[in-house]
Order: sequence, then structure tokens, then C-alpha cells
Amino acid sequence: MNIIVCIKQVPETTEVRINPETNTLMREGVKSIINPFDMYAIEEAIRLKERFGGKVTVVTMGPPQAESALREAISMGADEGYLVGDRAFAGSDTWATSYTLAGAIKKINQINVANNSLADSGKGHGIDLILCGKQASDGDTAQVGPGISTHLNIPQVTYVKKIEEVKEGMMRLERMLEEGYEIIETSLPALLTVVKEINEPRIPSLKGLMRAKSAKITALTQKELNLDPQQIGLCGSPTQVVKIFTPKPRAGGQILKGEIPDITKQLVDLIKDEVN
Amino acid sequence: MDYLLSDEQKMIKELAHKIAEEKIRPAAAKYDISEEYPWEVLKVMAESDMFGLFIPEEYGGCATSVFNLCLATEEFSRACGGIAVCYAASALGTFPIVLFGNDEQKKKYLPDLAKGKKVAAFAITEPEAGSDASGIKTVAKKEGNHYVLNGLKHFITNGGDAETYVVIAMTDKTKGARGASAFIVEKGTPGFTFGKKEDKFGIRASSTRELVFTDCKIPAENLLAKEGMGFIVTMRTFDMSRPGVAAQALGIAQGALELAVKYVHQRVQFGKAISSFQGIQWMLADMATEVEAARGLVYSTARMVDAGVKDVSKESAMAKMYASDVAMKVTVDALQLFGGYGYMKDYPIEKYVRDAKITQIYEGTNQVQRGIIALKLIKEMAK
Repeated sequence: MNIIVCIKQVPETTEVRINPETNTLMREGVKSIINPFDMYAIEEAIRLKERFGGKVTVVTMGPPQAESALREAISMGADEGYLVGDRAFAGSDTWATSYTLAGAIKKINQINVANNSLADSGKGHGIDLILCGKQASDGDTAQVGPGISTHLNIPQVTYVKKIEEVKEGMMRLERMLEEGYEIIETSLPALLTVVKEINEPRIPSLKGLMRAKSAKITALTQKELNLDPQQIGLCGSPTQVVKIFTPKPRAGGQILKGEIPDITKQLVDLIKDEVN
Repeated sequence: MDYLLSDEQKMIKELAHKIAEEKIRPAAAKYDISEEYPWEVLKVMAESDMFGLFIPEEYGGCATSVFNLCLATEEFSRACGGIAVCYAASALGTFPIVLFGNDEQKKKYLPDLAKGKKVAAFAITEPEAGSDASGIKTVAKKEGNHYVLNGLKHFITNGGDAETYVVIAMTDKTKGARGASAFIVEKGTPGFTFGKKEDKFGIRASSTRELVFTDCKIPAENLLAKEGMGFIVTMRTFDMSRPGVAAQALGIAQGALELAVKYVHQRVQFGKAISSFQGIQWMLADMATEVEAARGLVYSTARMVDAGVKDVSKESAMAKMYASDVAMKVTVDALQLFGGYGYMKDYPIEKYVRDAKITQIYEGTNQVQRGIIALKLIKEMAK
């Protein structure tokens, strides 16, 4: 099974500070980690590889320092890493990011086929599965995973809490709902986003860390990907951040006391006041 | 202090730190209460190749390095001295095979120990043979292609849970210390059973148990080195393992110091954090300096062992004795800084005091260590 895992490097603190002038994240002085939800995606990919064989490729889009996130994933057991980065991609919103990552995944597939390291399965991608965390802990949009599947025109299943069964070209999954879960069957290749209930990510091994230290990370820039300039970076991003602010805490409610007819009257009066 | 660790050493330290914080610390209190053997945690250490740190690469390890073993043991002990000793005791049981095993013995036992599939134990202590190893009563009698073991070992760390035991027994009582030999004994060998499991003051996650040998027949090829080399095997093993005990003590002291610094910074009395009081500050300064001095001794000794310096018995004794005395003092002071809360089991600090105490006792009491150091000084002077 050939699996791509899309990961994102995020600031470690949950208290992300926002630059009030540019409305962007202030990353200076904050340690970077792999988005915690992506750790479950990496772990699940490695477990599938251990069961069925194949290859796990990690991909991230970000600045050069995001390379350390790829190396960490390799130390856990992923086979190779691709760093998608270019000044032309700067300022991407979730639309442009998912478009770019979809382009990168197509490119990785071409590279794999060219290297003969993977036979093209004839399904257009040669890749059986793409895994993402359910969302990033900094942006919290949960849009990039589904966006990638849309750009690649493959099925998506979000909030996967368990892979129940894997068969030739098909998977049966448990998808988490607010109360309970639903069972979904999907054809492969597909894109899944996973929730933390799916597994417990492993601690890397020493040998894995040593391998990761010297592993080759392949850079993919706009030159290699040759994407539509209108759909990448800031100008390919329909989202415009007008303002970022912390919502005011909701004012406390009011508890009405007394006998039921009294309360009813008070309530009606309050509604009347509000309407007027 | 910067000990100028190599990239590989930093990697080992960071990985051990991660295991300690994510897997050991959250489980420490549970195992302290239940006295269960912490298999779950050891499995994580095993999957992270930590058991390979004391085994050569050709037998599935990551090269034997006492320094690396000390780095890992120190980090584990910061979080729990009991879980850490299960790990370190496996190193103690493995060293005799690494040092004296022939190729066949190494091939047979080391790969599983390197992967942590099995843990090891070293058995010399008997009810009447503690510091005085010449009192050993367990005998091994050669009969054809076998040795037959009879006797009792006690206070054996990892006893019952280990699969691979190195046992010291007398093959010729008339020769005294030169009549002892070392044997590899596998769990499950007929005639090899386990006796009383001890209920301990500290390091309660680790198992300490009696080994009972009743006409226990083991193949002659399980003899390590040669007949009569039992004490040499033991001494060389302790030279390798003593820095590890020192590292355990160091880790316990470091862990207690960290908890104390954090606590006094949070604890408010008289309207201020108690860390702002000079009386508290002086205690912290002394504790931190002593821990750092212990670290200097431990790391230097471990590096000497790895460099192959022939006689490290004085330095090993100094490191073990000093680091464990520091651990005792620092943990008691740390508890003092926690005040009444420190005395309560709801807080983690009292466990550090209990875990520290054993490091002054086992692998040679600190009185014995002082004897070794003094004898060495006198010998050096007489040269």
C-alpha cells in the first residue's frame, strides 16, 4: 500500500499570537512541532505499511525549516519526505494550499513511476491512500484535506476513527460523528482525515532518528510543479483576512425566579423590551 | 553545564527524555502503588532501541557505550527511579555476556536482549553473601555435559520477570574467591524457581525476588568465561554498571530538584512566591551545585570506561558513592521545600526520597565504596 501523508508544521503553543498589523501568525520564538492531529495520520500510515507493506511518503508545504517535521515523520518510520516550498506559494489560503499540495502529489506520483519504485496502479495516481490530520491546531480550518481530494478528484472520508477493513481497492472505515459513528466504505485511492481516537502515535526509535538525520528530503518548487500561477500563493487565495480577533466572552444569562405565572410574565416583558 | 555531547549523544538524551516525560512520568505513581512490573513502559523503551545501548551492533544493538547508557538511565530516573532500574538491571545482567560470552553465547542471547524482547538479571547476592561475596553458598557441580546448580540467591532485581540470568555459583569451594564461576541460566529451566517477592521501601516498580536452584541442570556450554572466573566476571561487570547506578542516583536527584524549583516558584506565603526568600534560594543553590558536581563525576567516569581505561574502580566508586549521597540529600531537601505537602503521597516528591535510598545501598554500599577509594589511595601512595 502506497500512502502519502500530508503534514503541517505548527507553533507548539496553543496560545498563537497574531500580528495585529498583518493579521498573520507570529512564529518568532515559538518552537515548531508537527501538527498533533497529523501525528495520528503518520502513525496510521506506518501501521498500514507494517501490515500490508508498501511505502509511506510524507509531504509538507512550508518554509525551509519545515524540513525538520519531515525528518521527525521519517524517524517514526516514514520512508521519504517532500518539502513543497516556494516564494510563489507564500500567502496561500486553504484553497491555494490544497491546490498546490494536490499538484505536488501528482508530481510525486510521476517521480515514483519514473523511478519504477512504484507501478502505476492504473487508477491515475499510483497512490492508494492519502492521510491527513482532521485539522491543523493553528488554523483549525479542516479544509486542506478535503480540498486536496477535490483537486485530485478522489473520494474523501473525514474524521476517521478506525480503519475496519482493507481489501483490494476498497476500505471500510468508522467515521466519527458528534454522537456515535457511521460506517463508510470507500473505493481507493481515497483521502482520509483522521481523529485522535484512531491510534496512539509511537515514540521514534534511535535507529529511526539516525536514519532520519541523513534521509534525503526532496524539494518541490513552482519550477518542478509548474502550477497555474493564478491559483497559487496570495493571488490564488480567495480568502481575505479582514480582521482577526478574540470574540468577547458571552455575557452571563439571567435566571428568572418566582412562581411559573410570574416567570412567564417576566419573560414576555423581557422579550417585548428586546423587540422594542 | 555544557558537557559537549556529540549529536548522537544529544539524540539519545532527547529520546530518553521524551520517553521519560510521555511514558514514564504519567505511570510512575501507578507502578509505585501496584508494584507491578512495568512491561508497558519497557516495551516503549525497547521499540525505541534503548536496550541496544549496551549491546554491540553485530548482535543487534547500537554499540556498547556506558556513557550512552548513563544518559538514558539518568533521563528515565528523573521521572521514576523504579522503572529506570528495571532497565538498568537488564544492562547489569547483559554486561557479563557482552564482556565474557563466546560468539555462540552472544549470538544466542544478545539479539533478544538488544531488542528488549527479553530482559536480563544478574545474581550474586545471597542471604549470607552481600558485600562479602566470598560467603556464596550456591554450588555448581559438573556432571558430564551439565552443571547442576543448588542454592538460593536473593534481592535479585528483575527476578521472576527476566528471562536471562547470569548466576554466580561456586564450582570449587576449596579455592575461595577463585572457585566461583558465572553461568547463564534461562527462566523455565527445570529446578529453577522463584521465591519471595520483596515488598520494598522504594523503587517499587522493579521486582526484587529470590531465585531458588534445586538440582537445576544447565548445559555445560552455559558457563561464562572459564571455571574460577566468576569473581573476575563480577568485578568487570560492576566496573561497567557502577556508573549506571550513579546515573540513576543522579537522575533521581535531578528530577527532585526540578520539581522543587517549580514548586517554590508557585507556592505563595506571606504574599510572595517562597522562591523569593533567601533561605529557600540557598537550599536550591546548594542542591543544584551538588547535582552538577555529581554529574561531572558520573560523566567523566563513564567516558573513562568507554575509552577503555584499565582500572576505573576508584572513579567508579567515587561516582556511585557521591551521586547516591547527593541523591539522598537533595531528595530530602526537595521534600523539605514542599513542606507539609511534600510529606503527602498525593505529591510526587516523597517517592524520590524512597527511590534515592537504595542507590546508597546496592551494587556495593557506600561504606564499601569508601573502602575501595581509601584502599586505592593508600596503594597509590605506597607505589
